[in-house]
Amino acid sequence: MSMDFYREGEAIADTKAPSGPISERWEQRRFSGRLVNPANRRKLRVIVVGTGLAGASAAATLGELGYRVANYCFQDSARRAHSIAAQGGINAAKNYRNDGDSVHRLFYDTVKGGDFRSRESNVHRLAEVSTEIIDQCVAQGVPFAREYGGLLDNRSFGGAQVSRTFYARGQTGQQLLLGAYQALQRQVAAGTVDLHTRHEMLELIIADGKARGIVVRDLVTGEVSTEIADAVVLATGGYGNVFFLSTNAKGCNVTASWRAHRKGAYFANPCYTQIHPTCIPQSGEHQSKLTLMSESLRNDGRVWVPKVGGDERAPADIPEDERDYYLERRYPAFGNLVPRDIASRAAKVVCDEGRGVGPGGLGVYLDFADAIGRLGKDAVQAKYGNLFDMYERITGENPYERPMRIYPAVHYTMGGLWVDYDLSSNIPGLFVTGEANFSDHGANRLGASALMQGLSDGYFVLPNTISDYLADGPFEKLDEDHEAVVAARKEVDDRVEFFLRNNGDRTVDSFHRELGKIMWEYCGMERSDEGLRKAIGLIRDLKAEFYKRVKVTGHAEQLNQELEKAGRVADFFELGELMCIDALHRTESCGGHFRAESQTEEGEAKRDDEHFSYVAAWEFGGEEPVLHKEALEFEYVKPTQRSYK
Amino acid sequence: MKLSLRIWRQPDADTKGRMVSYEIDEISEDASFLEMLDMLNERLISDGADPVAFDHDCREGICGACSLVIDGQAHGPQAATTTCQLHMRKFKDGDTIDVEPWRAGAFPVVKDLVVDRSAFDRIIQAGGYISAPTGTAPDAHAVPIPKQDADAAFSAAACIGCGACVAACPNGSGMLFMAAKVAHLGLTPQGQPERHTRVLGMVAEHDASGFGGCTNTGECSAACPKEIGLDVIGQLNRDFRRAAVRAA
Amino acid sequence: MSTDLRKRTDARPVKRAHTPLPPWRSNIGLKIVMAVSGILLVLFLIAHMAGNLHIFEGREEMNAYAAGLRDFGAPLLPHESLLWVMRIGLLAAIGAHIASSIIVTHRSIHARPVRYASKKPAKGESRHAVATMRWGAVVVFFFVIWHLLDLTWRTVNPVKDIHDAYGAVVATFDPERWPVTVFYLLALVALGFHLRHGIWSAVQTIAGPSTKWRKRTQAIALAVAVLIVAGFAIVPLAVTFGLVS
Ligand SMILES: Cc1cc2nc3c(=O)[nH]c(=O)nc-3n(C[C@H](O)[C@H](O)[C@H](O)COP(=O)(O)OP(=O)(O)OC[C@H]3O[C@@H](n4cnc5c(N)ncnc54)[C@H](O)[C@@H]3O)c2cc1C
Ligand code: HEM
Ligand code: HEM
Ligand code: SF4
Ligand code: F3S
Ligand code: FES
Repeated sequence: MSMDFYREGEAIADTKAPSGPISERWEQRRFSGRLVNPANRRKLRVIVVGTGLAGASAAATLGELGYRVANYCFQDSARRAHSIAAQGGINAAKNYRNDGDSVHRLFYDTVKGGDFRSRESNVHRLAEVSTEIIDQCVAQGVPFAREYGGLLDNRSFGGAQVSRTFYARGQTGQQLLLGAYQALQRQVAAGTVDLHTRHEMLELIIADGKARGIVVRDLVTGEVSTEIADAVVLATGGYGNVFFLSTNAKGCNVTASWRAHRKGAYFANPCYTQIHPTCIPQSGEHQSKLTLMSESLRNDGRVWVPKVGGDERAPADIPEDERDYYLERRYPAFGNLVPRDIASRAAKVVCDEGRGVGPGGLGVYLDFADAIGRLGKDAVQAKYGNLFDMYERITGENPYERPMRIYPAVHYTMGGLWVDYDLSSNIPGLFVTGEANFSDHGANRLGASALMQGLSDGYFVLPNTISDYLADGPFEKLDEDHEAVVAARKEVDDRVEFFLRNNGDRTVDSFHRELGKIMWEYCGMERSDEGLRKAIGLIRDLKAEFYKRVKVTGHAEQLNQELEKAGRVADFFELGELMCIDALHRTESCGGHFRAESQTEEGEAKRDDEHFSYVAAWEFGGEEPVLHKEALEFEYVKPTQRSYK
Repeated sequence: MKLSLRIWRQPDADTKGRMVSYEIDEISEDASFLEMLDMLNERLISDGADPVAFDHDCREGICGACSLVIDGQAHGPQAATTTCQLHMRKFKDGDTIDVEPWRAGAFPVVKDLVVDRSAFDRIIQAGGYISAPTGTAPDAHAVPIPKQDADAAFSAAACIGCGACVAACPNGSGMLFMAAKVAHLGLTPQGQPERHTRVLGMVAEHDASGFGGCTNTGECSAACPKEIGLDVIGQLNRDFRRAAVRAA
Repeated sequence: MSTDLRKRTDARPVKRAHTPLPPWRSNIGLKIVMAVSGILLVLFLIAHMAGNLHIFEGREEMNAYAAGLRDFGAPLLPHESLLWVMRIGLLAAIGAHIASSIIVTHRSIHARPVRYASKKPAKGESRHAVATMRWGAVVVFFFVIWHLLDLTWRTVNPVKDIHDAYGAVVATFDPERWPVTVFYLLALVALGFHLRHGIWSAVQTIAGPSTKWRKRTQAIALAVAVLIVAGFAIVPLAVTFGLVS
């Protein structure tokens, strides 16, 4: 076992990506990919796991095309997928503002924003498709914000220089998801989609080298059953909950992806996590999740901390000259609007200096006094009223009188299962869409681009690319007693059995909390060689203790929420370990991944394109994963050092 | 703070349930109501008892999963607030708090505080959509929509499908939920072609699922965390009357 | 497990109360029937109340009015034709109203099979409407029966002369028979509550007014209810306290 905890395997490449002029590649691929004639589609069964933007849009569209779709989610309704929580908006290169936006500019901004760790071909396709997404959603009745003329309103988001973000008040994700959800329900009524809510995928079935089905547990009856199909699509979302505290919903998990990973699917760039700068700080040990405050607040709020640490005075009593508006000081050009990763790290720096405010000194002020003085309270209320109310509901403090307290929190995971241009993993027949794949955001996602990716994958990309694979189907019938099916079922039964028998003395949550603390401390906003090595050790010990001492009450044939959590946390342990190993091997800093050893003298992230301009795709190897590198070429956007000074 | 809880416990759909009392201490008033239940569950598990099952996911008031009737009020005492956003500072030290599941014939209890709301999905399946197959859409600016219509449509569309309206309605009616969707889609130009078939289909499914009839008592709107108003019910009634006349 | 569509959903069968019904049998359909019949009843009540007030003009005028109702259109039309037209309409309305209300109420009771353990403070726009509508209705129902026996057929009324409505009213509210008066007044209160919610509820059911107009309708409904109750109540009170004799 090497000192780096991993082995290096042979390099890989995205074989499906066409070459040629970038603006023609998507067109080209759609033409070269084979089609399935309508009559045959009825004979083809596709499983879609997930009903978020990526899953619901894919399931609905495949159903409309005439495939027989089986769709799964663990919530009690497809409409509750975590996409529902997205607030800010969705990008599209419509250039309705005539402010110089274009497909190429969106492409350029996204590649640069991703800190040159994403694929040009994928990102360009995303930018192309973005405009169709808005058309589609409007046709579904999504009530985007509009202007008095009746045309769609736009705002600039996450420091972009153009206004290309479409939004529906602070609930864009909700409205987009309901659009997809309704399209999905329409197909359920039409009988093309067979929807199973409160079902959790616990294993992937691979027969003769192809992904052929899944094993699911009915969360109400506890019944474990299998679903066989010609292809499997995972749209199971992000894994931010490995940190326990994050802005993700409590149910978000890595289990589906991880089960596929254990069965051979590569996991790419697991260490790329996005930490969002404007979240409500933790108020105590009881905290179960963190709440995001929309980034738009930074358009008018000023971020500051006291100049000297341990200043106990109320914020109002601290005179101007004793305040440190550190973002404005360090980044005069962008000020409070610097990108997420930079704002987050800057907050960490001042808190590490002991200048943080609020409980545990883990918070900085986001002050609207100036804005209220300049625009008046009503104007501020009109703009941010609902956010201020939410803040007051949670903290009991009135942000009109007292500056908000904010702190960074884990928000999004750029890493995920490795996929090629067709969104196919390295396992034939296993496709991955949305946040669950690694594809388009490189090392850092720009605001309002995840909704774009989820819908682009589900409505427009996957339905076109999957046909090239399904053209070979229907594949030969698989029976319940095929050894691959039996084996997969047994794995699930054994795990369930193990947890229920273990009868230890510690709750699942207590382990999850502890794992989260380790991840946040050593694999959070700043990572170091020493810290990561320590973390790997700690995680392995905790994992061992977990299997010894975890306690799960109840039995298998019932709704058993502890049992569900136990399985998810077990997978988080293995994922956390891989994240640390990935973070350890990538000794450069890039986007959301900041290595203490790799920074400029001003403390900014320093990339190392010479050694790290590649996607790290990990093959499961137990204690010693295998690294496969996919080299990244940049023909259109030449890598430069990001600077927001 | 110290609290006594009376919580509805029911092992499964077929077994009779009852209110069970629990004492709980050292609750921070910054904790949310669900975090308070988390703490109770941690203790129950350590004692080897079955933890209280309840639905929740986003814990930020948008997914609509959380669904508790607290002291007889759907989503608890605070107006325009979901259970997950309710914080303990709204209660006093020493309070006794009753926690029950949504009560409605159309929402059978699955376990403890968890109910089956799939009837809501069926109502949407019966017409709560606009038929716009992927790829068929014209440019987003093809049809302008007056701002006030778009805003009104949004306010109706803000419904999170939690079911508090049904839980609060003395008739166990799903009228507000259904009306919010009918109003949202009916207010957009894209929603016009299916306007009549939509309302007839949804109403038929609503009744068939065992929801009661609306007698305009308004408890739903008062309990709605998204403050959906009774005007959407009025609009539903209007649309239904017109549609029914046409159909006849 | 089969890969056949629809099969796996059988794992958990859909729980449905019954199969879908045609529009007019839906809850809203029945509410429209209830509303229309209810409004007809309200109109009758207003006319009836106005008629009652003739009593203050004295025996002759009152009886003349009552007779007028009977001989309306004479000699062209047969005796009591108007009254019969009205009675038939009234019977139809009450029949439709009661039938629809019983079906809707019955469904509502099934839609809410289990009560909450802790009492719920009403917060809605029409608080306690369900209780007042349901109980008020029953009271009104029995009141009407008694009332017919009393003043229409005179079975329970000392004054048997059909042509002496005035005498009958005075007799029925004679201070000696105070329980009858009390019963009438209680019934009127019940009716008042029934109308306070019923009238705006009917408007919401049929017209579905905007928020602004909904608030107004609620105010108007209250006013009309108070007016009707007062207009009726003043007669028994006047008689019992000897203003009319
Ligand atoms: C608070 C918040 C705000 C955000 N705001 C924005 C924004 O303004 N703009 C933007 O572009 N992005 C935003 N994002 C990011 C964006 O919302 C997500 O990345 C995106 O919605 C992910 O969609 P998805 O379909 O891939 O996954 P999800 O929406 O998370 O869906 C996952 C689905 O998979 C199912 N599932 C998962 N595991 C299993 C299993 N084992 N078995 C069965 N089913 C399973 C779940 O039931 C669910 O249906 C935000 C994210 C958060 C947390
Ligand atoms: C003079 C007699 C009556 C008048 C003027 C009257 C009027 C009304 C009106 C206007 C409504 C509202 C309809 C709607 O909500 O759409 C109503 C509702 C109702 N009525 Fe009557 N009604 C009368 C007698 C009765 C009787 C005798 C019964 C039953 C025995 C009854 C039972 C009901 C019920 C159950 C409702 C529905 C309750 C509700 O809508 O909340 N009513 N009535
Ligand atoms: C308390 C005051 C009331 C008085 C003094 C009163 C008086 C009368 C009289 C005198 C008649 C007989 C008319 C005739 O046959 O010539 C009558 C009939 C009737 N009243 Fe009243 N009434 C009162 C209240 C009510 C109320 C509250 C209702 C309904 C809820 C009502 C419903 C009727 C009906 C249905 C008839 C029969 C009409 C017919 O014969 O066709 N009355 N009333
Ligand atoms: S209308 Fe309100 S209460 Fe009813 S489901 Fe929607 S959000 Fe919940
Ligand atoms: S409470 Fe029930 S009666 Fe109608 S107005 Fe609301 S649905
Ligand atoms: S948990 Fe999502 S709304 Fe309460």
